[in-house]
Amino acid sequence: MKIKTAALIFYFVLIAIPIYWMLNMSLRSNADILSTFALYPENLTFKNYIKVFTDPTWYSGYINAMIYVSLNTIISLAFALPAAYAFSRYKFLGDGQMFFWLLTNRMAPPAVFLLPYFQLYSTFGLIDTHIAVALAHCLFNVPLAVWILEGFMSGIPKEIDETAFIDGYSFPRFFFTLFLPLIRAGVGVTAFFCFMFSWVELLFARTLTVTAAKPIVATMTRTISATGLDWGLLAANGILTIVPGALVIWFVRNHLAKGFALGRV
Amino acid sequence: MEKWEDNRAWFLVLPVFVIVAFSAIIPLMTVVNYSLQDIFGPGNAVFVGTEWYKEMLTDKRLHDALARQFLFSGLVLLIEIPLGILIALAMPKKGWGVSASLVILAIPLLIPWNVIGTIWIIFTRPDIGLFGVGINSLNLLDVPFDHTARPSYAWITLMAMEVWHWTPLVALLCYAGLRAIPEAYYQAAKIDGASKWAVFLYIQLPKMRGVLTIAVLLRWMDSFLIYAEPFALTGGGPGNSTTFLSIYLVKLATGQFDLGPAAAFSLIYFLIVLLFSFIFYQALLNVGKGEKAS
Amino acid sequence: MARIEFDRIAHAYQPNPERPADYALKEINTVWQDGGAYALLGPSGCGKTTLLNVISGLLRPSRGRVLYDGREVTALPPEKRNIAQVFQFPVLYDTMSVFDNLAFPLKNRGYRRQDAEARVREVAEMLDLTPDLNRKAAGLSADAKQKISLGRGLVRSDVAAVLFDEPLTVIDPHLKWHLRRKLKEVHEQLKLTLIYVTHDQVEALTFAEQVMLMVDGEIVQVGTPQTLFENPTHKFVGYFIGSPGMNFLPCTITGETATVGQTAIAVSPQTASAAATRPGKLELGIRPVHLELHDRAIAGGVPATIKTVEDQGSFKVITTRFEGYTVNIRIPEDHPVPAGRAWLRFPPEHTKLFADERLVG
Repeated sequence: MKIKTAALIFYFVLIAIPIYWMLNMSLRSNADILSTFALYPENLTFKNYIKVFTDPTWYSGYINAMIYVSLNTIISLAFALPAAYAFSRYKFLGDGQMFFWLLTNRMAPPAVFLLPYFQLYSTFGLIDTHIAVALAHCLFNVPLAVWILEGFMSGIPKEIDETAFIDGYSFPRFFFTLFLPLIRAGVGVTAFFCFMFSWVELLFARTLTVTAAKPIVATMTRTISATGLDWGLLAANGILTIVPGALVIWFVRNHLAKGFALGRV
Repeated sequence: MEKWEDNRAWFLVLPVFVIVAFSAIIPLMTVVNYSLQDIFGPGNAVFVGTEWYKEMLTDKRLHDALARQFLFSGLVLLIEIPLGILIALAMPKKGWGVSASLVILAIPLLIPWNVIGTIWIIFTRPDIGLFGVGINSLNLLDVPFDHTARPSYAWITLMAMEVWHWTPLVALLCYAGLRAIPEAYYQAAKIDGASKWAVFLYIQLPKMRGVLTIAVLLRWMDSFLIYAEPFALTGGGPGNSTTFLSIYLVKLATGQFDLGPAAAFSLIYFLIVLLFSFIFYQALLNVGKGEKAS
Repeated sequence: MARIEFDRIAHAYQPNPERPADYALKEINTVWQDGGAYALLGPSGCGKTTLLNVISGLLRPSRGRVLYDGREVTALPPEKRNIAQVFQFPVLYDTMSVFDNLAFPLKNRGYRRQDAEARVREVAEMLDLTPDLNRKAAGLSADAKQKISLGRGLVRSDVAAVLFDEPLTVIDPHLKWHLRRKLKEVHEQLKLTLIYVTHDQVEALTFAEQVMLMVDGEIVQVGTPQTLFENPTHKFVGYFIGSPGMNFLPCTITGETATVGQTAIAVSPQTASAAATRPGKLELGIRPVHLELHDRAIAGGVPATIKTVEDQGSFKVITTRFEGYTVNIRIPEDHPVPAGRAWLRFPPEHTKLFADERLVG
């Protein structure tokens, strides 16, 4: 029992060390980083963070990313909820095939869709807009959302729906006032996954944006290829990209634990 | 649960169908279109039939990338699945430790993929990285560690990063599976005098089969589609030693603007992923069926 | 096989119990004799399963000692106690065949292969599982799965006791009856100590030689099914056992008559004198089957109004109103039922008095 806990803590430390190292770098100036090797920042500086928060080429990247990630999460949930309800409650022509086809999109290499997306969104004049990235991320997030929500909904007995309809509830009223609260944990878990996959994605986000909607992940890769790399600044940006994810986990941690307790993810 | 039979349910599925069609079917048709033509510019294309497919199927660089891809995805499954199971088994079952463990495990999953690459560059560089500087100061290696110097170093760094990044997902899934086992199973095993190993083999592992299927499929698919992390860490190098399928495809499509071959490659790639996902799915499903039938 | 003894056992699930209500088991002292067939009967949430888990060692009690044949085992885990337990829902090792499932407890304890096989075949034969022995356990019906669970409980012949935690809940009614008979047969053949938890009184009364009735974490009465029916020592026993339960009427006592409302009812002299010395709230209790129903006034009869008549097949349950209280009477199917007004007679030998819920005399 003791060994098990010790091993787990050791593993968690291993998870933390690379992140700690980036935090260490982010709190030092680039000259300091390149000249001396130090396990902790001896000359602590917040210069890198101040630069990120005052230079629009950096901070606009976070705003852009937050906009399309939120848009994508909302779109994915709004589209997936009715579909998941249909899959969990009804038998209809081609339901199995449709469900499998949806899941195959989760398996499609994003690189495959790169070129056609660029052309498609150019045709509609959507290049360099937030909605373009949000829509592109629907490729993998909508199928995923349908899949997770269907699992949660199937756990709610159909008798609840039947009772509500007998009691004279209209479908929308039943869905929003009775059904949604029952699968709250499921919606939370789904939102978590949609947020996560949209937030971490690079390929589409980089290809479909130029300047106006360029997210932080794309800004960072362009800095990498430039000469005279500022490690401190890069590290500060890296740390800041972890923050939204950490906040989201913190807010959904109870839903997550409940979702896990139900044996579903 | 007996489902209602009603084709009007299609109206509920229609929005999803439309949005996914817009993001999948139309682009896929474009890809098919490209793969059959030689494109010199807008409005100037020649139908070439299956020529690009023939070219890609005999392309040495694609074969190499595919071989690398199989090795990489195979290693990923071999390391991450057992490790994830072990972590899930070690996790606390109640109290504040549960939330804490879940939050820590989820953090690597929520870091943007190229930032993962950045973290590991910073961590392993021989000049500023803790790992790079640390291992070189031990003087164990004949050639100083630098992930851009040798293919083997690049692979080690890449595998370490991949395991660091994705094992938590396997652990989370397995943990969910373990939590779903009713307490009575453990009680019965105690009464029956089962050893810890027997409990694992006859209760925990069989009961985790569902989540393990998901974990294997997800890790197989996603490692097969990997792009951002090696792109950020090694850029496919040194040489082509870490050029996986996606990296090669993006090079081909955006670097060299070989639209026809890239499109043919895309479709072959997609089919490979689908085929293997299907094989895994069927295999894991059959393991289950074999137990249910006599 | 062993004699199991509880010495001042108490258990609370929270770490620092303060009030009596915090305890799932209040102080329990009791003995299960070697080779007995016991039923642990009580409503849901009364602590039956907790008590069972303390016997088997799945749960370590907050206080007190558990003794097997006089040897203290309180701190021992279940695998060291040599005990078998069957749970409410079937617990199976999905990947194993039925045979391996049944042999599992033997294998873990290092039985020789031939011995184990012989024993498994014997148990499978008893439970009609022989045709399924080579099948995977996972594909079987719920009934068959629970039979395998029962089989795993019975497969070791040397256990201190076999504990059943409402094992027939998931079984179809007709099979239930059949399996209960099987268990009785097994008990007679093997002379194992069996402790059977249930909330179903029919199950308890037909299965057990001794019934222990539990309520709110306490054992309120232990006895043969007949004792529990004829002489409930606690109001709850009277109320819980029998269908319908005992009638209880608040009363006062003067001399050899109890007075309910305005009506005097004669009781036996011993009961009356015992009740006179007992303080507290006094109630008169009588089984519906012991009440006499008459269509005209008789000596010692008291008037009542008939409310409803329920035909239960082999008997009828008459609900009457007497002095503002509801009184149930159970009469044979062919007994005539008077219309509207009737007279009840309380035979003194069956009329009990309860002071503060406990039997007087």
